Amino acid sequence: MIVADKKPIEEIIEAVRPYGRLLVLGCNECVTVCEAGGKKEVGVLASALRMYFLNQGQEKRIDEVTLERQCDHEYLEEIRDRIDNYDAVLSLACGVGVQFTAEKYLSKTVLPGVNTCFLGVTEKRGLWTERCQACGQCVLAFTAGICPISRCAKRLLNGPCGGSTKGKCEISKDVDCAWQLIIDRLKALNRLEDYEKLFSIKDWSTDRAGGPRKVVREDVQI
Amino acid sequence: MRLNYPKSVRIIRVPCTGKVDVLHLLHSFEKGADGVMTVGCMEGDCHFTSGNFRARKRVEQAKAVLKTIGMEPDRVEMFNLSSAEGPRFAEYVRQMDERIRALGPNPLRKALKKAA
Repeated sequence: MIVADKKPIEEIIEAVRPYGRLLVLGCNECVTVCEAGGKKEVGVLASALRMYFLNQGQEKRIDEVTLERQCDHEYLEEIRDRIDNYDAVLSLACGVGVQFTAEKYLSKTVLPGVNTCFLGVTEKRGLWTERCQACGQCVLAFTAGICPISRCAKRLLNGPCGGSTKGKCEISKDVDCAWQLIIDRLKALNRLEDYEKLFSIKDWSTDRAGGPRKVVREDVQI
Repeated sequence: MRLNYPKSVRIIRVPCTGKVDVLHLLHSFEKGADGVMTVGCMEGDCHFTSGNFRARKRVEQAKAVLKTIGMEPDRVEMFNLSSAEGPRFAEYVRQMDERIRALGPNPLRKALKKAA
């Protein structure tokens, strides 16, 4: 999933201050799971903002809506009939949802309520870690299911480097060396001969190096 | 026991303090409550294992939000006692009543009245 983190309320207060009628717009997908922008977080943030501005003597209308997703036309259409009741939208979706909302409602200011961080997993409640950088050319078949692109600080395809010590990366003693993990897992899978094969130079054109990307599937287009 | 405690307190019963959400706490203040005390079972004695620990976390979250928006975090507090401790409950209510009186009324109430 896409992992996001809450923005400080102080930052959001300053961003929404100029707008009298505000819609706090949540998303029921990834940001709900990582507890940054779901219905609950929308409720807490909207309540905090209402109390803050009431206390400041500023009259504001702050409403709450949480959509199934903000990255699909059909769900964003659900607010079309009421969007004109607001001066701005504070979207608690990831950067994708914020942008798609802004694209759809051109005359509205759309503000981000979270910081979008990475593609990752819930290791346990309150701990999310990165697993994928969406490089566009998956190598997991050759690396025992552990991604050297997202989990190695240098994105090495033939690792580890000299900075690997006792299974940890030189950037932090809390970060596992991805290549140590790969070797350990290849060993456990009795596939250590795979480690002997050298990766050729990776085609980075499918990564961000090739500019903004798109997937076109004519077979599913109607 | 017929114990006396301040009449300022209104009791809202929940099945377990684990049911109390940060939204319940914040909405209380939004509606003009001066303070909220969350009273759960003794730590380690929750019938649902961790309900009172969850409540404590949510009280901490509510405190953090109140502090951020310029209201006193002390307006909300978590208490733990067993159902057999009536006198202690009355004592906690007295403590909270004194604390809230020292802090004064919820500043939002004046604004709410003006808005109405």
